[in-house]
Amino acid sequence: MDTQTANKTKEVAGQTERITGAEAIIKCLIAEGVDILYGYPGGAIMPVYDELYKYRDRIHHVLTRHEQGAAHAAQGFARISGKVGVAMATSGPGATNLVTGIADAQIDSTPLVCITGQVPSPLLGSDAFQETDIVGISTPVTKWNHQITKASQIPEVLAKAFYIARSGRPGPVLIDITKDAQFEEFDFKYEKCKVVRSYKAVPETDPESVKAAANLINNAKKPLIVWGQGVILGEAENEFKAVVEKAGLPAAWTILGASALPTSHPLNVGMVGMHGNYAPNKLTNECDVLIAIGMRFDDRVTGNLNSYAKQAKVIHFDIDPAEINKNVKADIAVLGNAKESLALLLEQLNKNSHDAWHQEFKDLYAIEYEKVIKNDISPSKEGLTMGEVLKQINIESKGNAAIVSDVGQHQMIACRYSEFNITKSNITSGGLGTMGFALPAAIGAKMAAPDREVVAIIGDGGYQMNIQELGTIFQQKVPVKIVVLNNEFLGMVRQWQQLFFDKRYASTEMTNPNFVAIAEGYYIKARKVVKREDLADAVKEMIQSKDSYFLEVCVEKEDNVFPMIPSGASVSDVRLS
Amino acid sequence: MNEEIKPYTISIYTENNIGLLNRISAIFQRRTINIESLTTSQSEIENVNRFVIVVNITEAQAEKIVKQFEKQIEVIRAYYHTDEETIYQESCMFKIKSDLLFEEPQIQNIIKESNARIVTVNKEFFVLEKSGRRNEIESLRRDLNIFGIMQFVRSGRISVTKEEMKITEMLSAFNN
Repeated sequence: MDTQTANKTKEVAGQTERITGAEAIIKCLIAEGVDILYGYPGGAIMPVYDELYKYRDRIHHVLTRHEQGAAHAAQGFARISGKVGVAMATSGPGATNLVTGIADAQIDSTPLVCITGQVPSPLLGSDAFQETDIVGISTPVTKWNHQITKASQIPEVLAKAFYIARSGRPGPVLIDITKDAQFEEFDFKYEKCKVVRSYKAVPETDPESVKAAANLINNAKKPLIVWGQGVILGEAENEFKAVVEKAGLPAAWTILGASALPTSHPLNVGMVGMHGNYAPNKLTNECDVLIAIGMRFDDRVTGNLNSYAKQAKVIHFDIDPAEINKNVKADIAVLGNAKESLALLLEQLNKNSHDAWHQEFKDLYAIEYEKVIKNDISPSKEGLTMGEVLKQINIESKGNAAIVSDVGQHQMIACRYSEFNITKSNITSGGLGTMGFALPAAIGAKMAAPDREVVAIIGDGGYQMNIQELGTIFQQKVPVKIVVLNNEFLGMVRQWQQLFFDKRYASTEMTNPNFVAIAEGYYIKARKVVKREDLADAVKEMIQSKDSYFLEVCVEKEDNVFPMIPSGASVSDVRLS
Repeated sequence: MNEEIKPYTISIYTENNIGLLNRISAIFQRRTINIESLTTSQSEIENVNRFVIVVNITEAQAEKIVKQFEKQIEVIRAYYHTDEETIYQESCMFKIKSDLLFEEPQIQNIIKESNARIVTVNKEFFVLEKSGRRNEIESLRRDLNIFGIMQFVRSGRISVTKEEMKITEMLSAFNN
């Protein structure tokens, strides 16, 4: 079609306009409310970047320093805001570099839309420059993926991508778009997707199942809630709190469920799982009714399934039917969105307080405090502990910070000791355990919630996996606070080597660079703490800083994280030392 | 739940989209489940495909894996059935030298008795087709093998269930 005809179409059609596929992509993003995306340009996605340039006042593209950083930044954005995070990359290595972030988003149910450029469709399958089968590669780690080879497919497929990413149990969607489809002109019209016939986003809640659940809870002597991210993803925090309070239910959280109920809430009994709290782990095997809400009985939560809560009746609330009976057999399954199902449950619950049962949690907490917590957060030994750093951050941020942690010992300490007053505040790579997650995720989180204090807690190992994103922080002026807890080891692996491999420290010792100099090289204010007397002041300075700030704390080299359920052991065999 | 490993026929009704086979086979591969046979075709519903997959697993595995299929966006419904709950068949073809048809009168008897069908005959070879249960096909193959088979191929299982599958209703409810 020549330009004259094209213009005519634009005028006449009214609702449709004749534009290129690349421009259509931008218009779709704008229609979906996207104003920030993370990415990295390259050959096969250049037409889209050209449009991003034209639309730069409407949509802010953040150039990360690596595509993996873009994916994690989009995850951080999504996790703190509940909105869909968007990442973009070129074909080939650009696309494959996104894969770790996509896999992370899949296992942690994070809504992402990833757009990748692809070689022109006539070259598909010819081993063209920077051609990879990213649809094939990403299939097992995406909620949905699709390749577009014609511009006319763009509006419908992108509308579907956003709908699928955010609805039901959220997850990542990858859309691969050939370069010729980006150049091609077509009559553009956008309609949001509201339904896909082969996909049921939210299963119906059976009122009978809720009734049965309420009946079990009302008659329980020792009920225990274990909640997960489903409460946060379903925006069911209020309903959840009301349920917990009305029936006086002790409530423990999985790592991704943290912050849905404030840490200081009297019915919050702490974290379950491998490095969770002593009381909820032990008492999982003593409760008579286990109420799982929006969690998936991950092996790091359950330990050995053959000795997990065998004495208890299990009620499982989940939006994903595939989670029911996957790992733990549910006596009662309540399908649906937590917001609705918990509201229904609330109506049918009797008031209760379970005082004697609560006392059991308090007694076990006292043991854990004496044997573990006290030494972690108020140590009497000379070397600094990770726990006391977290304690200072709690004091200075007043429990209002979003904590973005990486993976390893510091992550467990951050999750155990952070105080959360606000929901969606614990951003960490839970299911996949992706080292290198925190620095880029913190960028996305801070950009999505500029009014919130965002503190990244990272180990010296994971920090160096995506350290290049300091460049993004510097260029974009993202005022994130970065804390590296440096023990000069891959600490968690070293801990396992100490406990289970007779201290054979194979490739876990790290000779580290001058981290302060590196941060300063990116013009980021930086400070290093080696002595306890400097810690409080340094943390205060960091939190008060209006700009990004890097704080390195040199901690004890060979501290271990306890409590610990050794891999394959039962939750009731949780060790305190 | 029954822990006995036996053949289950998994039926998956899907949209007709590129890449779905990859998504489905990945679910088996990730759980190290070997696919005994796989057939895909148009189903009774316009534009809806049906996969018929046979695997040797426990019922607990069958139940979980069917949920994983249903979780896929483009899967409409998935079911699992035992052999007793389905009517199933396989189909096979033999390519055999034509001389044998005339030189070995026994072959003609075998063809008659097995209810196999001659698809084509020419100077060099003839092609025999047979549908039925695996044991019937195997027995025919053994009988013909004595005389020499030029080519043999057997299809995957196709099956229909004895009970009704409510997928048509479900889709028409969607369209209304």
